[in-house]
Amino acid sequence: MAALEELEREYERAKRDKKFQVRLAELLTTYAGRPTPLFFARRLTEKLGGAKIYLKREDLLHTGAHKINNCLGQGLLVERMGKHRVIAETGAGQHGVATATVCALMGFECVVYMGTEDMRRQELNVFRMRLLGAEVRGVSSGSCTLKDAINEAMRDWVTNVRTTHYLLGSVLGAHPYPTMVRDFHRVIGREARAQILKAEGKLPAAIVACVGGGSNSIGIFYDFIKDTKVRLVGVEAGGRGEKLGDHAARFRGGSPGVLQGTYSYVLQDSGGQIALTHSVSAGLDYPSIGPEHAALRDAGRAEYVPASDAEALAATTLLARTEGIIPALESAHAVAEVVKRAPRMKKSEIVIVNISGRGDKDIGIMRENLEID
Amino acid sequence: MPLTFHKKPALVVYVTCGDPDLGTTLKIVLAAIDAGADLIELGVPFSDPVADGPVIQRASERALKHGTSLAQVLTLAAEVRERAQSTGLIVFSYLNPILRMGMEKFCKVARAAGVDGVLVTDLPVEEAGEYLRAMHEYDLSPVFLAAPTSPDERLKQIAGASRGFVYAVSRTGVTGQRQQLAEDARKLVRRLRRVTKLPVALGFGISTAEQFAEVGSFADAVVVGSAIVETIERNRGREAGAVGEFVRGLLAISCEPSAAAR
Repeated sequence: MAALEELEREYERAKRDKKFQVRLAELLTTYAGRPTPLFFARRLTEKLGGAKIYLKREDLLHTGAHKINNCLGQGLLVERMGKHRVIAETGAGQHGVATATVCALMGFECVVYMGTEDMRRQELNVFRMRLLGAEVRGVSSGSCTLKDAINEAMRDWVTNVRTTHYLLGSVLGAHPYPTMVRDFHRVIGREARAQILKAEGKLPAAIVACVGGGSNSIGIFYDFIKDTKVRLVGVEAGGRGEKLGDHAARFRGGSPGVLQGTYSYVLQDSGGQIALTHSVSAGLDYPSIGPEHAALRDAGRAEYVPASDAEALAATTLLARTEGIIPALESAHAVAEVVKRAPRMKKSEIVIVNISGRGDKDIGIMRENLEID
Repeated sequence: MPLTFHKKPALVVYVTCGDPDLGTTLKIVLAAIDAGADLIELGVPFSDPVADGPVIQRASERALKHGTSLAQVLTLAAEVRERAQSTGLIVFSYLNPILRMGMEKFCKVARAAGVDGVLVTDLPVEEAGEYLRAMHEYDLSPVFLAAPTSPDERLKQIAGASRGFVYAVSRTGVTGQRQQLAEDARKLVRRLRRVTKLPVALGFGISTAEQFAEVGSFADAVVVGSAIVETIERNRGREAGAVGEFVRGLLAISCEPSAAAR
């Protein structure tokens, strides 16, 4: 608790500190490459024959995904707190890479916990983290994926809390993480809103984003929450079926519970044991969901739908061939939903899809699942 | 029955219920009581034991493999209570299984089973409003963990919400045995005594008679968990006997024979 309170105090101070905001903005532009473009996907729009599709290109950000927005913000907090050791959990490896990147940039010791199953399916990212100087520790308990990596990271943190900062990668965990991580990703939606108004002179009818923990989605949704005519659509991992253990769709079969310091919708069995999950995409393969998403969904402000492994893989090929963009498998889930939704929308309407990351890390999985070579 | 420690220092024994199976857990618990344990913590296995080290993690995994549940642990508690009238019984669980059962229902069943208190590993005092109301309604003692990193104000809050005793964690970290007892331990107990008159039990990392005696010199009770669980892991087929021997060994330096035998 003491560490959480220290973090919250430091974060509140930083929020009000002009110098912190300026330095973060500077790093986001000169280092990470913000602002990211909002791109009109003309061929995809024509192919689907419905709404105009715009892609928010978080895949063009340094390290290849939106994750670095949060890592830079928390990295600056680590500096302020005078700590020198940073630990993180990672699913697909993008958050691990972004953390290792920021640690190299700012000179911190870095340890990343990753499930051994995820290490196998996201090898490229394991190599990148090690090349960047981070120690990657494999976790082989439980499901050997993200939730187990989080358990191990938390164990490290409670043991080394005086010297170490836990750089949590999504809008999960105990307060202040869900709020703080969302704030660091708000830039996505803030930019997208200004960009679409400039490009089209009006707001979109819908915003679609994939939801694992929920950081890229809440990041793009947040500044549109007040625009009540804009539909907010989160896409969860529908996996390979509807049975518990075959997917990671928390709003389809999950119920309120507490996991790893957060009270939200959790996939669990009747005894309150946390369920195993499945998704072809490591970053969506998690049994709980950011509490702010739970609140938006319960309030009816946002809706959450699943996309299956097969649909996500098909969407990957489609986007690659119609727009020349290979999305991360996570982001492909959002594209899969747009494939269903856009045709049902009017041609005068706009839908923005968050391409939260690039697909290089997924080449191995794509090769296993798609008929390419 | 309110939680009281009958001898000083008292011994609190933790077991993960269902490892290797519930029948054996009952035998183990009775053997521990017979050998001198004053209070038993009945651990409920959980899929994501974030506060536990590898020994208790393994035990939880084994217990969950054959579906050990919170409901079954409460049934086990009733069986222990039938056979041991004056031993303190605490249910030690993560929050989610309790939430799933329902706070109200959990407290009702626990009280009926003869449970004295509950320790919810991942429920901080700040979030415990509903829990405390239900616990008080059913006359159960809420036990909270106090860590070396807690500032004095928080220790006061933790002690204020606790009944029976305060569980001081000897060092930052997870459950598990350690050779050296950290400096943190004495300091924490001292700080707690400044804010509460409740007995203080100290746990995490204690596995030898020497450590037991040392901790017993400044705490009211000593909690032994991973060492017991590992003894069970290492003595397949004779778990209860091994635990009985181990407990007697722990108490050998500190206690007179008349106090240790029950």
